[in-house]
Amino acid sequence: MSHAITYPRFLWRMMRRSFDGSWRFYSWMIFLTAVALVGLNAWAHQLTLGMATTNMTDHVSWGLYIANFTFGVGLAAGAVMMVIPAYLYDDHAMHDVVIVGELLAIAAIIACLGFITADLGRPDRFWHILPGLGRFNWPISMLTWDVLVLNGYLLINLHITGYLVYTRFLGKKPRRRWYLPFVFLSIFWALSIHTVTAFLYNGLGGRPFWNSALLPPRFLASAFVTGPAFVILLLQILRRLARLEVGEGPLQTLTNVMRVTVVLNLFMLGSELFTAFYTGGHHATSATYLFFGLHGHTALVPWIWSAIALNVGSLGLLLAHRFTSHTRWLNAACVAAFAGVWIEKGMGLIVPGFIPSTLHEIVEYQPSLSEWKVTAGVWALGAMVLTVAVKVALPVLRGEVRLEGEAP
Amino acid sequence: MTTPNPSRRVALKVLGATLGAGAFARAVAPLTEWTKELSLDAFLQKNYRELDRTELDAVLARHQQAAREKYQRDDIVIEDYRPQEGVEFGYALNLSVCIGCRRCAEACHEENNHDRRTHQSYIRVLEMEQGSFDMSAGRVDYEHAVPAPGKYYMPVQCQQCDNAPCVKVCPVQATWKERDGIVVVDYDWCIGCRYCEAACPYHARRFNWSAPEIPSEEINPNQGYLSNRVRPAGVVEKCTFCLHRTRAGRLPACLEACPTGARVFGNLLDPNSDIRRVLENKRVFVLKEELGTRPRFFYFFDK
Repeated sequence: MSHAITYPRFLWRMMRRSFDGSWRFYSWMIFLTAVALVGLNAWAHQLTLGMATTNMTDHVSWGLYIANFTFGVGLAAGAVMMVIPAYLYDDHAMHDVVIVGELLAIAAIIACLGFITADLGRPDRFWHILPGLGRFNWPISMLTWDVLVLNGYLLINLHITGYLVYTRFLGKKPRRRWYLPFVFLSIFWALSIHTVTAFLYNGLGGRPFWNSALLPPRFLASAFVTGPAFVILLLQILRRLARLEVGEGPLQTLTNVMRVTVVLNLFMLGSELFTAFYTGGHHATSATYLFFGLHGHTALVPWIWSAIALNVGSLGLLLAHRFTSHTRWLNAACVAAFAGVWIEKGMGLIVPGFIPSTLHEIVEYQPSLSEWKVTAGVWALGAMVLTVAVKVALPVLRGEVRLEGEAP
Repeated sequence: MTTPNPSRRVALKVLGATLGAGAFARAVAPLTEWTKELSLDAFLQKNYRELDRTELDAVLARHQQAAREKYQRDDIVIEDYRPQEGVEFGYALNLSVCIGCRRCAEACHEENNHDRRTHQSYIRVLEMEQGSFDMSAGRVDYEHAVPAPGKYYMPVQCQQCDNAPCVKVCPVQATWKERDGIVVVDYDWCIGCRYCEAACPYHARRFNWSAPEIPSEEINPNQGYLSNRVRPAGVVEKCTFCLHRTRAGRLPACLEACPTGARVFGNLLDPNSDIRRVLENKRVFVLKEELGTRPRFFYFFDK
C-alpha cells in the first residue's frame, strides 16, 4: 500500500486514539481543557481590551509571559539530555525511553509559541514575521533567529518521533538514515534554541542585569536541570499509568546529570552575583533589587530566596546518595529543582532586567489575574499535547497498535 | 473495571463534545468585538517602505476617513511627510537654563495626540542633584515649585541614535532610521512584541496598552502617518522630532513651548544653523555614550 493511503489512515487512527481512553485519561483531559479555556477567554479579553488587562507597563514591558517562554525553551532544550546518553553514549536502557524526551520537547515548544503569541500586541499581524512573506529582519534581530531555531527544533522533533511511530505502525523497522542524522542535528539544535534565547536578552547594552556573557551558559545549565527533573517525574508516572517499561538505569543517568547541572547552575549564579555585588555601582542595582529590595520596593525578594532555597535544597538531596536511592526523596529533589529554576530564570531573570528602568525609575510589577489565567492556559495546552502524544505514541512503539491486525 | 456499554459511551462522548464546543464558543466570545475593528485592507497592507504612491494614498485616505468619522472632525488631515534633501536633524538642550517646568512634556502630550487617561508624553524630565550626574539620585515625580534649590533638570526623549538598538532588534523592520536621522515606527506594521522597548537605553519608547482616548475637541488635526496620527492599540510609538512639523519647516512642539530657550533644534548639515553653533562652541555631551548608540540629541551646560 502506498503512503498516500497508509499515512492518512495512520493520522486518523492516532486522532481517534487521542479521544479514547480510561476514566483517568478523560478526567485529566477535561481538567486541562477547562484550564485552557479559562486562559483562552482571558486572552480573548486581552485582545479586545488591549494589553492593559496585564500589569505590564512601559517600565516593565515584559512579564509573566516572557518569563514562562524563557523557562519553556529551557524545558524543551533540557529534554535533549535523554538524547545525548541514548545516542552519543549508546545507553541502551535510555534508547527505549528517549522518545519521551522528544515528545516533551514538542509540547514545550508549542507552549513557548503560545506564550509568544500571548505576549504580542498585534497577533493579527503574525504574517509580518514569516520569512518570505513579511519583512524578516534576519540576521540582525535576535528574535528572527529565535523564530527559526524554535520552529526548526519543533519540526526536527516532529519528524523524528513521527517517523519512528509511523514506521512501527506499518510494522516495519525504522531505517537509521531517515532518523539518526536528525537525532544528532537535534542535539546541536537544542543547544542553539537556548543560546539564541539568551542572546535575546544579553545582547541589550542598555540592560546591565542581562548584559552578561555568562547568560547563555547559565541558561543551558538550568535547562539541563529542569529537563531531567521533569523527565524523571514523567517516566515514573508513565511507568505507572501507561505501562512504559522503565528500569532504574535511565532514572539513575538523569539523576547523575542533575547532580552536575544543579551545581553548575548555582556556581554560575554565584559568579554572577559576586561580580555584581563586589563591583557595586549601577551594575548591582537590579541584583540588589532582586535579592534585598531597593528603596522599600521588595516584590521579588521572597521569590528569589525561595528559588535559592529550593535549588540548594535539591542539591543537598541529590548529593546525599542515601536520599536519592529513595524515590520519594529523589522526586522531592526534582520538584524543588524544577520550581527553583522556574522562579530564578522566569520572573527572577526577566523582571529585574527592567528594574530600575533605563532612566533609573523604580516601577514594580506583579502579574495580573488575567496574566495568570493565560499562563495557566498555555501550560494546560502544552500538557494536553504531551498527554496525547505520549498516549498515542507508546502503544504503537510497543507494537500494540498497527496498520494490520487490529480492528480499525 | 467494567467496560460501559458502547452506546452509552458514544452518548457520553457526544455530550462531552457538545459541552466542549459550547464552552469554547463562550471562551472566545469577546473576540467578536475585536474582529469588528479588523479589515481585509488593513490586514493585507504592506510595510510603509514597500507602498507605491497610489497604495500609500489609499492608505492615507482610509485612515483620514476613519479618523474623521471617529472624532467627527472634518479638519483632520493625515499626510505623508518625507525627509527633505540636504537635511539631517539634530537637537541640543541647555541644562543650565532648563527649569524643569515640564511644559515641553505637556506640549508633546497635546501635539502628538497622546492618550489622555495615562497623560502620556515622549518626554520625561529628571530632577537631578546639583553636582552629580547620577540618574538614580534623580526623580521624575517631583511636584514642588521649580526650579528647586540644589537641583537641575534633564529632559529625556528619543535620542534618534545613529546606531539605534531599537531598530536592530525589531524582528519585522517596523522601525527604521530615515535619511534625515529620525527613527520612525510604521504603526500599521508593528506586531507589538516590545523588543524595542526592552532594547532602548533611554526609555524613549511607549506601548499602546489600550487604544488611546482623546476628546474630539482636543485632537490635533494636523497629522503625519509616521508621527502623530492617533495610534492603534497594541503597537509601539516614539518621539519623531515632530516630523509632521519639522519636515514642513517648523520647529518641534517641545521647543516652541520652552519658556527659557533651553532647546536648540536644526539642520546639522547647515553650517549656519543654531545647532551647529552649539555643537561647535559648547562642550556638549550625549547620554550613555559608552553604549555606542551615537545619539543625535546633545546636552550642554552654559556655565
